[in-house]
Amino acid sequence: MTTTLPGTGTTEVRPVDVPRGRARRGRGGRSGKAGPVTYTLLTLAALVSVFPLYWTVVAGSHTNAELAETPPPFLPSAGLFDNFAAALEQAPIGKAILNSVLVSGAITVGTVLFCTLAGFAFAKLQFRGRGVLLALVIGTMMVPTQLSVIPLFMMIAELQWVNQLQAVILPTLVSAFGVFFMRQYLISALPNELLEAGRMDGASTFRIFWSIVVPVARPAMAVLAMLTFLTAWNEFFWPLIALTTANPTVQVALAGLGSGYVPQQAVIMAGTLLGTLPVLIVFTILGKQIVGGIMQGAVKG
Amino acid sequence: MTIASQSTREALVAVPVSPAPTAQRPPARRRRRLSQNRWGYAYVAPFFLVFGAFSLYPFVYTAWVSLHRTSLSDIDGGTWVGLENYRDLLQSEFFWNAARNTLTIGILATVPQLCMALGLAHLLNYKLRGRTFFRTLMLMPYATSIAAATLVFAQLFGRDYGLINTALEAVGLERIDWESGTWSSQFAIAVIVTWRWTGYNALIYLAAMQSIPGELYEAAEIDGASRWRQFLHVTVPSLRPTILFTIVVSTIGAVQLFGEPLLFAGNGTTSGGSSGQYQTLGLLMYQQGWSNFHIGQAATTAWAMFMIILLVVGLAAVIGRLRARADR
Repeated sequence: MTTTLPGTGTTEVRPVDVPRGRARRGRGGRSGKAGPVTYTLLTLAALVSVFPLYWTVVAGSHTNAELAETPPPFLPSAGLFDNFAAALEQAPIGKAILNSVLVSGAITVGTVLFCTLAGFAFAKLQFRGRGVLLALVIGTMMVPTQLSVIPLFMMIAELQWVNQLQAVILPTLVSAFGVFFMRQYLISALPNELLEAGRMDGASTFRIFWSIVVPVARPAMAVLAMLTFLTAWNEFFWPLIALTTANPTVQVALAGLGSGYVPQQAVIMAGTLLGTLPVLIVFTILGKQIVGGIMQGAVKG
Repeated sequence: MTIASQSTREALVAVPVSPAPTAQRPPARRRRRLSQNRWGYAYVAPFFLVFGAFSLYPFVYTAWVSLHRTSLSDIDGGTWVGLENYRDLLQSEFFWNAARNTLTIGILATVPQLCMALGLAHLLNYKLRGRTFFRTLMLMPYATSIAAATLVFAQLFGRDYGLINTALEAVGLERIDWESGTWSSQFAIAVIVTWRWTGYNALIYLAAMQSIPGELYEAAEIDGASRWRQFLHVTVPSLRPTILFTIVVSTIGAVQLFGEPLLFAGNGTTSGGSSGQYQTLGLLMYQQGWSNFHIGQAATTAWAMFMIILLVVGLAAVIGRLRARADR
């Protein structure tokens, strides 16, 4: 790989030696070394990605007047904790975080279980109408949320579920993406021989699922779990309709934050930070895996 | 061999639906595989039960509601009005305003976003120190919720206390009242969408780039193609299916744009600015249903949104097929 020069834009023709070709193929795609320009641009992009989050901390710790000064403050201050307290007082953020953990957790467990079951069937089992059903699953990825919220709202009104967490959990318990994701993974990861060996041993279909399919599917299930949790935590439209600020998820509580008559930016920002911190912490720990999961899903999809 | 012949018949039925590699297998094996037949339904049943109750049924029922005049306060008491809601919608200036805004914000948010994502993916594909570090940081916005991102950007774009206006003033430019202008507000909303999704799409492109065979680049190099020409003539064509896929996904997202315009003014008003300058179709639908209580109208708008998505996806499919044919 040492023979590869950094991006110069010139059109040198170098002798093609076999070892380099093989090394390149091994890594897949091109693999020139990054030059200073690349590092500069990527650092800039990384800064733009992170700055708004950092600014939440800064803006959450200063008053409106302080923020309007030139130059504006660029460091957080101890005022942040007063604003945390104010935000917790103005909006039920503590309750919202607890609710979001419950809702996202339940949705994640349900989605991973149901999507693994269905993904396995679509990948490895023969049954009539399989193609049509799979097409139906994929087709639903195009349907906008807006198209289902009205009957769903009527349904939960009928069941008197307005403002109750199951109203948010149940409709989101499966995901078409999840089925597709698990199917794509299991097609290649689960050898037919393994299934047949299990069947030869006389294992029931249910046992085959638990003892053969699930262990093989575990890495993909973990990725799906992370992505599902993130999506569920950030879900906005349906929770906003189904819940009120009396029993909110984090997103519903955040939507209510700015609706005071005299919006105090610092308090809004402090509240936003509180509601975002749990996912940011999870993301800091599992970021590498989430990145890998998204890239893996992209190739298979 | 009655069982075998029966399963052969089933195989014949099953083959056109899914061309699975059963045909070449020895008969004994095929029989065993097909004997799991009914179990397939058991495995997909939980998914389709939830899916049917909370996705398929609502989907169809929304069409039914759109043919009624129904109020949110009296959900069961709708009156049949046929296609009147659709006629009203097409004659409504609010609908056309929202459709126009959705289109312009959609273009502002999608085109630069995907171009930047492609460029970033190209950069991330070099041999890098701290690869994971860069990738993770660029995915941070994706992990931030719409509500949080919008509140932060509303602060940044704020007229009086916003950092962007402070910066503009510092370099001798005028402060901008981002929220009240048509273009400025739509630009700001597009920035939020772009911020949240660029890194995600860059990773999708990066994954696709890494599966391009290195030989293609070597061949191009031998032909004397510069880095830029390699990018244009090797990378982009190889990525075409992925690019088409991201265009479709972003467009579907853009048509449904809702949270950003709802929270951009900070207070959750459904009008999308004092003169509806950034009201989108998603926001209009919410306003019709949950501010004005006209559920029937909201259902009509929802169906119109779905039609637009179908149109876009259909168009993408046709383009994809035409390009594939042209390549052959």
